[in-house]
Amino acid sequence: MVLPVKPTSGLANRSGAAARGVLAGLDPRKSGGKFRKRLLRAEPSFRILSKLWSVSWLYVLLICVLAGVGYVSLYSAGGGSARPFAGPQAMRFGFGLVLMITVAMMPPRFLVRIAVPLYIVAIGLLVAVLRMGHVGKGAERWIMLGGMQVQPSEYAKVALVLMLAAWFHRISYARMGNPLWLIPPTLMVLLPVGLVLKEPNLGTGVIIGGVGAAMFFAAGMRLWQIALLILPTPVLLKIAYAHLHDYQKARITTFMHPESDPLGAGYNIIQSKIALGSGGMWGQGYMRGTQGQLNFLPEKQTDFIFTMIAEEWGYVGGIAVIGLLLLLILGGMIMAIRSRNRFGRLLALGISVNFFLYCLVNLSMVMGAIPVGGVPLPLISYGGSAMLDVMLGFGLLMSVWVHRNSRFGEEREEQE
Amino acid sequence: MKLRRRKEPKRLMPIRDPKDPGSGVFTRRALLLMAAQTAALGVLGRRLYDLQIRDGDHFAKLADNNRISKRLLAPPRGLIVDRYGVAIAANKTNWRALLLPEETTDVQGTIDRFSALVPLDERDRARVAREMRHKRKFVPVMLRDFLSWDDMARIELNSPGLPGVLIDVGTTRFYPYGSLLAHTVGYVAPPNEQDVAKSALLALPGMRMGRAGVEQSQDDLLRGESGSVQMEVNAVGRVMAELDRVEGTPGDQISLSLDVGLQQAVLGRIGDQVASAVVMDCRNGEVVAMVSNPSFDPSLFDSGVSRAQWAEWTSNERTPLINKAVAGVYPPGSTFKPAVAMAALSSGAISATDRFFCPGHFDMGGARFHCWAKYGHGSLDLHQALKFSCDVYFYEVAHRIGMEKIAESAHAFGLGTELGIELPHQREGLIPTPEWRRRHGHHWNGGDTVVSGIGQGFVQVTPLQLATYTSRIATGRAVEPHLVRAVNGSVGAKAEPTNWPALDMDPKFLDALRGGMFAVVNEPHGTAPKARLDIPGVQMAGKTGSAQVRRVSRALRESGHFNSASLPWEYRPHALFICFAPFDAPRYAVSVVIEHGNAGADAAAPLARDIMTDALTRDPVNHRIPPGQTVADAE
Repeated sequence: MVLPVKPTSGLANRSGAAARGVLAGLDPRKSGGKFRKRLLRAEPSFRILSKLWSVSWLYVLLICVLAGVGYVSLYSAGGGSARPFAGPQAMRFGFGLVLMITVAMMPPRFLVRIAVPLYIVAIGLLVAVLRMGHVGKGAERWIMLGGMQVQPSEYAKVALVLMLAAWFHRISYARMGNPLWLIPPTLMVLLPVGLVLKEPNLGTGVIIGGVGAAMFFAAGMRLWQIALLILPTPVLLKIAYAHLHDYQKARITTFMHPESDPLGAGYNIIQSKIALGSGGMWGQGYMRGTQGQLNFLPEKQTDFIFTMIAEEWGYVGGIAVIGLLLLLILGGMIMAIRSRNRFGRLLALGISVNFFLYCLVNLSMVMGAIPVGGVPLPLISYGGSAMLDVMLGFGLLMSVWVHRNSRFGEEREEQE
Repeated sequence: MKLRRRKEPKRLMPIRDPKDPGSGVFTRRALLLMAAQTAALGVLGRRLYDLQIRDGDHFAKLADNNRISKRLLAPPRGLIVDRYGVAIAANKTNWRALLLPEETTDVQGTIDRFSALVPLDERDRARVAREMRHKRKFVPVMLRDFLSWDDMARIELNSPGLPGVLIDVGTTRFYPYGSLLAHTVGYVAPPNEQDVAKSALLALPGMRMGRAGVEQSQDDLLRGESGSVQMEVNAVGRVMAELDRVEGTPGDQISLSLDVGLQQAVLGRIGDQVASAVVMDCRNGEVVAMVSNPSFDPSLFDSGVSRAQWAEWTSNERTPLINKAVAGVYPPGSTFKPAVAMAALSSGAISATDRFFCPGHFDMGGARFHCWAKYGHGSLDLHQALKFSCDVYFYEVAHRIGMEKIAESAHAFGLGTELGIELPHQREGLIPTPEWRRRHGHHWNGGDTVVSGIGQGFVQVTPLQLATYTSRIATGRAVEPHLVRAVNGSVGAKAEPTNWPALDMDPKFLDALRGGMFAVVNEPHGTAPKARLDIPGVQMAGKTGSAQVRRVSRALRESGHFNSASLPWEYRPHALFICFAPFDAPRYAVSVVIEHGNAGADAAAPLARDIMTDALTRDPVNHRIPPGQTVADAE
């Protein structure tokens, strides 16, 4: 699969000498291997070459396969034509691929440095979009930036993951026990969540909150802290529900009883379930799904692309797509575990959990398991902002993988 | 080798680096999250299984409901033909110009250019604008219908300048004989909302419903069965493909017993008199001609009758919309006398040879009832009473037997009863009885019975009842009048004379009535010598009737200036005549009622004779042809 690892040196690992001897990563001062050391010192271009070599191309291939599934589906959604969806989306993916590889080359030290500015920019954009953004389909807000439609909420997720990873990296595991150190990151999460909910975009707000929670958890929050947080949750949920917009409440009620309003808010859920169900085991055939091709399925190129895939390719196709997505998620998580620095671990985990939550919310939504909420299926759904932000995330993930052996951060601790 | 081994520290998981606090916790918790992620997606996969496999059939059905739209196809309405197959109600193709708004960028400009070729008035334009607002852009809107060939040629020639305009063909009902058969055949009109609620078929554009006559009574047969077309539609209802098509069953062809030629001859003979005439095949009750004059143009109803036209029809004292043959009720006058005679004979109160003396009037309880012959007829038996149409004889008879017996006999002959003819809106008429009078809160006087004896008073019958009555006298069978002879070419059981049961009357008595009616026409001093047929070897039997529409006052009668022809039209008596021929092998029965036509003998009898002559000579096979003569000679 993604990670070609062999159980070689578990023992050597534990010996301090071995550990010291293999201070890998790409810090020239610490890298092992004479040839490689020479190579890296010699020319920056060779260093890049070496980094490119260590990119997990298998993982990149998996990303390409899913983007390919997206292309094929958008071709069908366009009524058997590359326009208007498939072609532009392929171009964006190509651009995203370049972005990803570029970001993958960035060392963690650099990423930590830019985390704060990126986060501030993200918050600024979220405020801007509230002030002067355009509203599309009731929830998704976007602004024009340099001739492009940008959805700041998508970008904010990546920026937040970077910011939290940098923060937790900085405070180290030991300080996690002190709740005072957890207050700033909590605010870091709540700020974008609040702004996104105000847009109002419930789906993305939940995802951002979920990503934040997962990172707190993985960073080593103490169990008593977790318990303290979980206990008052029901009360908080009740208060939150009271503050939801009417249309958000309507979504929740129609989700509970979609048949009560078959032509209104429940229409999407009903039509999506019909489309899924009529797909059966083997599907109605490529470009022959009646619900999608005859436009009974709303938003089939964005939110409901999975429905169309499962209608045309059946249960087999649907499970295949879910399986590919799971491979990407688990691969990212393994990359996180394999990283030897705290920043990389948390960054990779945040990106993977973000991707997972994206998939989870979208799939649950189209299967009628949670209220509909404007969350696309990453890599597959049509949409520029989402595609670029997902690829940016994969770029960060790949950077973690490329720099997995960097002992970045340790020297600072040693200095203290 | 050494170098390579040192290069990459490879390990499986979990990482628990003692120099890296938190790495162990991270690894454990990351693994926990991975398990949770896998489980969550597994749950979704399970839900997908439920939706796609377990409930797949259910949703597949719903998906088909979404995409398949079934529409009904209007079947062509059945034809109505006369007994010889001449079409009297047919379908005419109606060429219409439609506009498909989505195919033109400039709707108003297209309409303007169209209007330059085929003028559209303000009403048309308003309707087009209204329809376009309510319909989707791919649903055609009708611009004009009933296009002529010239219109179509102009439109086709200019089609490049008329994007979105297409020519389509529909059908309308067409009545080649127009007003000639309007009352019998009826007419069609678009169904109203209640009708549409009852039958989905009627909701289709272009469907029509019978609103009168045979069109109404046989509507179910004529309508046919709808076909259907299954189409694949998209979410906004646009048709994407036709999946299946089942053509409808056209409506049945109804063959009427009418003879259009005879009908035309009868109407021609009636001219502009307000009259009704029925020619019936007295062997089986087939109505061969049924005329009610004046009439109306039935095709006007299809496209909608104007308010002015409707007002003109309904206010006209000659009632053109009413089929007088079944819905016009008249006092039968003397034509009622055979029925009274039958009642008397059947009851045994008199015999045919019993004689009564007519002094010119009949006195009862201080009231005096006059005979039409001022000085009386002297002593006469039944035969003579019928022949002279003596009123006093029948006053006397009626007085003796009572009203119930008369009503019983009249009903047996079909008078004052609802007949089975396939026409809506027929009226029953009335044979009054003391019981009926009581129901309406009045007392029945002996005088009421006496005037009923000569078909006056409350007695009211329709021309069709008179024809039926005559047929029954002629054949002794309880024939019912009917118009539908065959459906889709198969002749019904009613056409067979022997299928009709015999009347519950003594044939001897029927013979006595026939004899009296024979005398009316053929014996010297009969009341209707003008009805004598001019066909060698064929005799007709008949009975005159002149029904007063108001009481003749004593002053007027005694002044000696009683001349009904000088009265205003609406006070003149109705002229009636009933007859059948040939006398010895009855074939046709004819009844004629001329409203305010004065004496039956003068106005109605010659008319009936001409009609009968035409009916008999029109069908030479039934002529009595003396030996040695050919059919052509007999003509």
